[in-house]
Amino acid sequence: MIRTEELLLNVGPQHPSTHGVFRIIVKLDGEVITEATPVMGYLHRGTEKIAENLNFTQIIPYTDRMDYVSAMTNNYVLVHAVETMMGLEVPQRAEYLRLVVMELQRVASHLVWWGTYLLDIGAMSPFLYAFRDREIIIDLFNELCGARLTYNYMRVGGVKWDAPPGWIDKVHAFIPYMESKLLEYDKLVSGNEIFLARIKGIGAYDATTAINYGLTGANLRCTGVNFDIRKAEPYSLYSQFEFDVPLGSTGDCYDRYRIRLEEIRQSLRILRQALAQFPQGGDTMGKVPRVLRPPAGEVYVRIESPRGEIGCHIVSKGKAEPYRLKFRRPSFVNLQILPKLLVGETMTNLITILGGIDIVVGEVDC
Amino acid sequence: MSEEQGREAEKPLVNDTPVDAEREAKLKAAAEARAARTAAKEKAEASAAETVPELPKAPSPKQPELDKLAALIKQEIAESAVEDFYLNELNGDMPILIINNRYWREVAKLLKEHEELKFNYLRNVSGVDYETHMEVVYHLLSLDSKREAAMKLRTDRDAASVFSATPVWATANWNEREIYDLLGVDFPGHPDMRRIMMPDDWVGHPLRKDYEPIDPEV
Repeated sequence: MIRTEELLLNVGPQHPSTHGVFRIIVKLDGEVITEATPVMGYLHRGTEKIAENLNFTQIIPYTDRMDYVSAMTNNYVLVHAVETMMGLEVPQRAEYLRLVVMELQRVASHLVWWGTYLLDIGAMSPFLYAFRDREIIIDLFNELCGARLTYNYMRVGGVKWDAPPGWIDKVHAFIPYMESKLLEYDKLVSGNEIFLARIKGIGAYDATTAINYGLTGANLRCTGVNFDIRKAEPYSLYSQFEFDVPLGSTGDCYDRYRIRLEEIRQSLRILRQALAQFPQGGDTMGKVPRVLRPPAGEVYVRIESPRGEIGCHIVSKGKAEPYRLKFRRPSFVNLQILPKLLVGETMTNLITILGGIDIVVGEVDC
Repeated sequence: MSEEQGREAEKPLVNDTPVDAEREAKLKAAAEARAARTAAKEKAEASAAETVPELPKAPSPKQPELDKLAALIKQEIAESAVEDFYLNELNGDMPILIINNRYWREVAKLLKEHEELKFNYLRNVSGVDYETHMEVVYHLLSLDSKREAAMKLRTDRDAASVFSATPVWATANWNEREIYDLLGVDFPGHPDMRRIMMPDDWVGHPLRKDYEPIDPEV
């Protein structure tokens, strides 16, 4: 006699498509998911607790390890929060360097996403192309600050290292290279019928749902909501540059894919403008007290990371260590919609949807 | 990092290298800057002493917005719903309202749905242990008008409890679970109140200031 029953399936925490140690328990009715329960915390290191016993400069390396695919933007949100609190000025050259590394980081981060997403879906070779090109950015960062992933580059009031001679020219040369490679990526993947069948119309939601779930980054903009913090609440030097915010309309995985690729182009556009007016000389470190003691009070500062809004809420009591430090991590917030999206989808689409959200588990767990 | 170490190791060996000359120049410049700063500070203090009483600061352009927001909540919900309100000068004059927990559910609904407010986007939820009390902060933004505000809820440390905002903003769900897990604030009305980061059988709430880790293996 044929019997059917619901199947409880555990995915992860060690599963290649979860990009880290993320676990999800799914209830299956045949191939179809009826319920999904994410389980996290496998990578929880208590960053916020550790930070309460460290001074602000010592916390910077811990931010590298939250979103390790985009450490530069994490660095920035912390130093920017402290600078806002203390009302510090950052020298022009330092601010330009920060902007350049942040945009390079956005390109690198989206390349990791592009490569691994296609790998999840089953295309092996795009991953190799993406990592080949990302390697150039990593090498540039390595030359700048001596690390490939965890840079510890920014400081409150400036940056730790000035660009070595010839570095700016190398970034300059990278822009047309990457632009030509993007065309190659499009030729290789974007029109592939099998790929389109896998992602078009999958994991779709509307703008109201996206806002209600607090989604940011490409996850929000794929529904057509025009909200990019670089434009909406400009920080750093973004108000000086021309760039577009790519928007989607259907809110599915395909729109998120298009947006991320287009964001690489826009980042290169910003980089081109920034390098054209890059200050010739000047300090890379502003006048900063030796011991950083932000005044008593609190700030909430946010910037646009490759994954969305990354925020930093500091409560200070006038000491060198924060009284409370809270990071609003975009991966953590964006992931909340996953159980809702998965209901009624097949197991195959679980991988497509989870990959499309673009999470970094170091940031989910923090 | 290795470069920095290398430079330090080099120092005692070669004393008259250009690196050290540069360092001395820097030290000298720093000393000069320090002297200039002290002088400027003394001067500023002296001039401040001369011009007492200090002129009151010009009111912030966000003051009317804050007043209106507070008045609206008081009018629509209850006079005692808003315990206090002020602008956070450190944070670009962000309006901060301290809401009475008893009215929080209604206030949250009003904030999201009122025609003039439309705080439809909850950016962040933080919990803070102030040792005397617990505080939960909701950072809100209206995506239409781009206005933002923060709502604070204060609660007792011993039976810390704040009504959940998850029915209004779905974003609050995991954020509130995180605060429950790490700070021990309960959120009545939350659909799924469980630990999120720590293991389910964990004892205590690590982000509390008086937390002492209990490690059964030690």
